[in-house]
Amino acid sequence: MIDLTLRQTLLALQDEYISTLDTDALELWPEMFVEDCHYEIIPKENFDLGLPAPVIYCDSKAMLRDRVVSLRNANIFQPVVYRHFFSGLSFQPLDEGALEMRSSYLVINTNQLGQSTVYQTGRYHDVVVEAGGRWRFKSKRAIYDTSRIQTALAIPI
Amino acid sequence: MTVATGELASPPVPEAPIADGSRVPYAVFHSQAIYDREQERIFRGEAWSFLGLEAEIKQTGDFKSTFIGDTPVVMTRTQDGRLAAWVNRCAHRGAMVCRQLRGNASSHACVYHQWRYDLEGNLFGVPFLRGLNGQAGMPADFDRASNGLRKLRVESYAGLVFATFSETVEPLADYIGPVMGGYLNRIFHKPVEYLGCTRQFSNSNWKLYLENVKDPYHASLLHLFHTTFNIFRVGMKAHCVTDGRHGMHSIIMAIKEAQTETSAAYKDQKIRSFDSGFTLEDESILALVPEYEVMATNHIQPIFPQLVVQQIHNTLVARQLLPKGPNAFELVFHFFGYEDDTPEMRKLRIKQANLVGPAGYISMEDTEATELVQQGVVRDGRATSVIDMAKDAPEQSDTLITEKLIRSFWAGYKRLMGFDDSDPFGAALQ
Repeated sequence: MIDLTLRQTLLALQDEYISTLDTDALELWPEMFVEDCHYEIIPKENFDLGLPAPVIYCDSKAMLRDRVVSLRNANIFQPVVYRHFFSGLSFQPLDEGALEMRSSYLVINTNQLGQSTVYQTGRYHDVVVEAGGRWRFKSKRAIYDTSRIQTALAIPI
Repeated sequence: MTVATGELASPPVPEAPIADGSRVPYAVFHSQAIYDREQERIFRGEAWSFLGLEAEIKQTGDFKSTFIGDTPVVMTRTQDGRLAAWVNRCAHRGAMVCRQLRGNASSHACVYHQWRYDLEGNLFGVPFLRGLNGQAGMPADFDRASNGLRKLRVESYAGLVFATFSETVEPLADYIGPVMGGYLNRIFHKPVEYLGCTRQFSNSNWKLYLENVKDPYHASLLHLFHTTFNIFRVGMKAHCVTDGRHGMHSIIMAIKEAQTETSAAYKDQKIRSFDSGFTLEDESILALVPEYEVMATNHIQPIFPQLVVQQIHNTLVARQLLPKGPNAFELVFHFFGYEDDTPEMRKLRIKQANLVGPAGYISMEDTEATELVQQGVVRDGRATSVIDMAKDAPEQSDTLITEKLIRSFWAGYKRLMGFDDSDPFGAALQ
């Protein structure tokens, strides 16, 4: 029997996550994670072979904040408009109140000329925990199918 | 071609890369005819193309699908442990034989009619070769030995696998040459372990990427991560040298001076840049654990045409550059470490992957820049770039403010493509 209340809570968490990225609220993005967290974007090609080479790999919330500071102040890239869509949410309890959560995602990117293309599809493999009355990500891995990244990947997935 | 005279007429320009490589007509970046000639003269000509790491195909039967230029090829390890490579096209009706990116197989069969080949590419199985119950099969004189897959010459240098269509190009070690071989040995001095790959696609010409990896001048100007967090210093000691033979291979090394090895010196750096207000909370991404005799923060070494070996801090990559038509290329970043890495070292290499690749702090701008050129040059094939930095000081090889490696590349390209002064673009532009 699915806990529908919990499911609604997790859907809301994913919606909030996507909303920070799709509305350029990047400064709020690290706040979706606990301090001692893991965030990674890795091609499915490597994941399936058990190989570690990532596109982005962060092992602390400090590294997430560094990424935002760099994107805002140092890196040069075409303005990106992402629209994330997710589906197929499943979850199961882990130890000590943590939950493992998985879902499929699709990211459509629109460039400055107004062309919208499928930028990336993949699966989120997440671990979420409740802390201070709020659910947050302990771990989030975006395992992507679209193995060729078009031009560059600046904004997180 | 006659150009109308008047105020709008362009000044006369060279019609091919000029001899010293300092002026290059933009047609080389978007002409289909020139692209087709490159496939014949370079990728199927007198060059060795990088396919992958030996560490990717360690066991007998391990294989990887890849490309030489835009021709699909497969590299594999044979029964006796040697390397083989063949064009991925069935000798029968031309279908791709190997449909997987990588895997292990004792033989390869085309799905279309199940012609079967051994790991060397020899044809050994043809269904109904002799027909069936009196119904005819292949002609009696059909010779399996002369109907194998197109085999390529394969050699490896320090664990890097190369192949060529050419029967006449010099052996691989000579093609790389002693100078570039020395720099490769610096990185590949002990067995490596393959850590996976990431792929990036750019809507720009493949040679724009080679220009980029031969261009130390852009490093602190385009990649503002360097300057914002004060990593790259203009006054750094450098090696900027070519192979000294055909001039197509090169290396850029930015060297950390002895007195800046300590963390105290790092702190000094931060103080000097304090007014920028930006620091990284997690500085381990910029650690530089000494591994080599020469402490380089950057080792960027293109081996023409398909390989760029990269050491940036402690992250190690063999980048494979694959042309996909005149207006696109793919980059495959083969990450590796050493077999004897400690767990801490391995973790550092993975963490520093954040610096490079499609989302790299000091690389994400490169494909943006090459695409800006591709878009900028679209109509003006006979206008040229200006590649003059440090042209008056050809002897200088210890500076990062130079375009000499790019000039050397274009001079070699012109020779290889057969663009001489009496035949500027040859038949390519007819």
